[in-house]
Amino acid sequence: MARVVVDVMLKPEILDPQGQAVANALPRLGVTDVSSVRIGRRIEIEFEGEPDLDRANEIAGRLLANPVIEEYAVRLEGSSP
Amino acid sequence: MSVDTVGHAAATPNELQPYLELGLSEDEYERIRQILDRRPTQSELAMYSIMWSEHCSYKSSKVHLRQFADKAPRSDRLLAGMGANAGVVRVSDTVAVTFKVESHNHPSFVEPYQGAATGVGGIVRDILAMGARPVAVMDSLRFGAAGHPDTARVLPGVVAGIGGYGNCLGLPNVGGEVVFDPSYQGNPLVNALCLGVLPVDRLQSKAASGAGNVVVLMGAKTGRDGIGGVSVLASATFDDEADQRRPSVQVGDPFTEKLLIEACLELFEARLVVGVQDLGGAGLTCALTETAAAAGTGMRVWLERVPLREPSMEPHEILASESQERMLLVVEPDKLDAVLKTADKWGVLATAIGEVTAPTAPDEPGRLAVTWRDEMVVDAPPGSLVDDGPVYARPMREPADLILLQADRAETLPRPADPDALRETVLRMAASPNLCDKTWVTEQYDRYVLGNTVLAQPQDAGVIRIDERGGLGVALSVDGNGRYARLDPYVGARLALAEAYRNVAVTGARPVAVTDCLNFGSPEDPAVMWQFAEAVRGLAEGCAELNIPVTGGNVSFYNQTGAAAIHPTPVVGVLGVLDDVSQRVPMGFDQDGDVIILLGETHAELSGSEWAWEVHGHLGGVPPQVDLARERLLGEVIADAAAKGHVSSAHDLSDGGLVQALIESCMRRGLGARVALPDEFTAGSMPFLYLFSESAGRAIVAVPRGHEKAFTAICTERGLPWTGIGVVDAHGGELEIRGQFTIPLDELREAWSGTLPRLFGAEASGAALETADEASETALEAADEAAPETAAEAAPETETAADPEAAPEAE
Amino acid sequence: MTTRIGIVTFPGSLDDGDAARAARIGGAEVVRLWHAESDLRQVDAVILPGGFSYGDYLRCGAIARFAPVMEAITKAVPDGLPVLGICNGFQILCEAHLLPGALTRNGHLHFRTRDQALRIESPDTAWTNAYEPGQEIIIPVKNGEGRYVADDHTLDELTAEGRIVARYAGGNPNGSLRDIAAVANEGGTVVGIMPHPEHAVETLTGPSLDGLGFFASILKHLVGTQK
Repeated sequence: MARVVVDVMLKPEILDPQGQAVANALPRLGVTDVSSVRIGRRIEIEFEGEPDLDRANEIAGRLLANPVIEEYAVRLEGSSP
Repeated sequence: MSVDTVGHAAATPNELQPYLELGLSEDEYERIRQILDRRPTQSELAMYSIMWSEHCSYKSSKVHLRQFADKAPRSDRLLAGMGANAGVVRVSDTVAVTFKVESHNHPSFVEPYQGAATGVGGIVRDILAMGARPVAVMDSLRFGAAGHPDTARVLPGVVAGIGGYGNCLGLPNVGGEVVFDPSYQGNPLVNALCLGVLPVDRLQSKAASGAGNVVVLMGAKTGRDGIGGVSVLASATFDDEADQRRPSVQVGDPFTEKLLIEACLELFEARLVVGVQDLGGAGLTCALTETAAAAGTGMRVWLERVPLREPSMEPHEILASESQERMLLVVEPDKLDAVLKTADKWGVLATAIGEVTAPTAPDEPGRLAVTWRDEMVVDAPPGSLVDDGPVYARPMREPADLILLQADRAETLPRPADPDALRETVLRMAASPNLCDKTWVTEQYDRYVLGNTVLAQPQDAGVIRIDERGGLGVALSVDGNGRYARLDPYVGARLALAEAYRNVAVTGARPVAVTDCLNFGSPEDPAVMWQFAEAVRGLAEGCAELNIPVTGGNVSFYNQTGAAAIHPTPVVGVLGVLDDVSQRVPMGFDQDGDVIILLGETHAELSGSEWAWEVHGHLGGVPPQVDLARERLLGEVIADAAAKGHVSSAHDLSDGGLVQALIESCMRRGLGARVALPDEFTAGSMPFLYLFSESAGRAIVAVPRGHEKAFTAICTERGLPWTGIGVVDAHGGELEIRGQFTIPLDELREAWSGTLPRLFGAEASGAALETADEASETALEAADEAAPETAAEAAPETETAADPEAAPEAE
Repeated sequence: MTTRIGIVTFPGSLDDGDAARAARIGGAEVVRLWHAESDLRQVDAVILPGGFSYGDYLRCGAIARFAPVMEAITKAVPDGLPVLGICNGFQILCEAHLLPGALTRNGHLHFRTRDQALRIESPDTAWTNAYEPGQEIIIPVKNGEGRYVADDHTLDELTAEGRIVARYAGGNPNGSLRDIAAVANEGGTVVGIMPHPEHAVETLTGPSLDGLGFFASILKHLVGTQK
């Protein structure tokens, strides 16, 4: 089934405490060459019929992302088994 | 990247600068040029625009706020008052408490979760900066109409934000208010209060004293957070098409704040810092200038040493950034290593960014010199930014509609006049958004953490044990009533004070200090300015009459959408002391057969009442009378009687009158009550009046059997009117008003508790998301409309400490 | 001889002082343990307190499990070290695989604070032996991610082995599967509980004194094992 994937990320200038906490924890696992971690959300949308990117964009802009602090990208995921 | 340096500024005197867009007037810009004897650099211009904004300079409120100092009663309890980050009150030989309430209104409208969260974070840092461990928070919240779709967006976000931040910090939330009124539709009020405790000898100063001392920035990295709030962009209209022009919202990181608190307290305890200041709304600009100005010293700062989240930031952005979770420390050079080590232990960044410098001549002020990669970008006297800002005596005029409004009295509205109608009214009022059970909100807050919460909401006041061995405790309440203040701001402010005072007093505590958050519309509107002046006068005089000082607070102007201002809303916090916290008096009935006594007098006072608004949509007339001497007496009698064991519970009467107090006292532990009306209140609509009048200076107390005589004797002796009105009934499971109606407690509970879950409950989350979405559009549109109103000021949210002498408040 | 109970403080621990107070009231000597140290300082038992360790970013407890103190605790558990994880401590124990299952976002998606009724299902653990089987207690619950989940097989196994230590009574506050509020490891030495016994140890500040049983239990257990 074809689905639309929406990736929601905090805008680059917005502080991401989650990503920061993970980045700070990595040295404890012996990983020392990571300079930054940022965490976002992946949302998968399945339409009843053909995937509709425009609709998905609208959903993302109006509901899935908070335009005040987040940005999003919408893409079509290729048909998967 | 070329930077506007001091040298370049001196060489290019005629270069055009966007001072108007930054919110500075022609005159103000000229004054800056005089002070510097040249045009300001870009960084300096940004700094002056921040420091001389309403937010930081109190330019509109200063002339009125002086009354708080002038009229304040002398108190040897007060260790730090206005001018400090928060007032500090001594409560025993060795222990002091500090508390303050501050607004975060506009940010909470734009992004409810983060706005409210960073509001909590900001006030907590104010308390920390005094050397105190923050031990509790409270919040006073006002939203638009409960059923409005935008309220479904704002309220859940604000509540989750307060909980999200406060819970993660490990601070119990012990009280506050949740109020709905259409006047707050585009301007919700989020006023957060924090309480801290410190050993008397750990009090910290913000003064950057001692030339050669090191200036250390500790906490989060600096990013572009809230740059919009102080840059040219902030005062511009923000619209849907230009996402990037919206002000950058500050995002809170409570985890970092928690570490910052622990690290700071360890530093204070080890006596490792000379001065400390929190960073908030005006960022580094405020912290550098304020600490230097307080000491009369200068400061040399290497700006490129500030750890940045975004390497491309320019000097003026670094100086203006509102990134959260940062503190500025002044440290003696030989203690720097120990400071850095402590910071490292707690995993917080600490960086030496500058040093304190001596004035060049004894009678000269010091200078703040800031370089950016070896180029001088700021060279200004810090005092000129902090103390020499403009002061305006803005025009004031009583609102033109006030005479008509006051003449339209609610006492003439049709009242329920038979028992059935009265019963129906009681249930309807109990279920109304302003009077209903607020558990849906308060259960999202942790009230238990730290293990010292003795009383928390829905109690009249939050009570915190502050000394486990000695049993010392404090009580806190925060109250306001915008409708009363709309009808008469002078009386309204006194009523808010009276209610907070009474809420503290009914727990048995002795009120000792006041903080306030003054929420108003645009000061450029003479009617708003008049309301502000009247409210300040009422509060200052009221505090003098009660003999308790205002120790600090804040002013929030420009709370309006288009031409419509919010109801003038002075929110007042009162702090009381309990020498033995185990003697606290709770509000709920808990003992069968206790005698219920109404203290105070009931008059025909319905104007501005919850009933007039809820049932008739009516706001008019004059608010209830205030008798502060009576409030004092009421408090003294309850404390005295409680200490002698004559009181098992006490509950203040306010919104919704006697019947609401009875309902809340019954609901607390599920005990019923049987009440008989005095003879003169039994005919016609008199029962209604007795139950719903909002006369001030009243409380109900439950007195154990056998103690009635002793209790009433105290009342009579002290001259406090009392009326025995009924008994607590643990078995009947109902509230009976004899001769009128009986309501089973289950039916009452259903009405009282069902409202907020129905409006905001998780069950309807799908629908809520939809409406929230529509609402967020409304929000942006509304903000859009609001923007032109605020364009004259640099920041849409303009907040100042309620203190004429103080330097800017970080938010 | 006094019983030494270690209370771990992670960055972001919040109820650590409260756990320490409760252990003291319960009659134990309290030893504060720091997350970055692997020395357990000869404590007889350990409490992982509530809070938001490391901000609870990523997943609750996910980062804390890698702390040096957790490595030491994990090593000592097979030798019988009793561990009580309260709230965030329970989440850490699950992330560290010292207890089965996981704690997820509350069904209603809100942080919720309540005085909660629990039924003690198993008094056969180091931390609950002072209670009667089936005893109802009231202690505060306060969390945003307290919904206990595990696969059916695990849940059946926990039930069969008597390792469900306590269930919610009078309403499930977060949607936990099978109303589970607390579980134990196979030996009954490691217990994770979402509600907070340490907040029900004083009449002045708690809804009851029902939490004291956890501290009485561990003292009893340790006396038994030392004989």
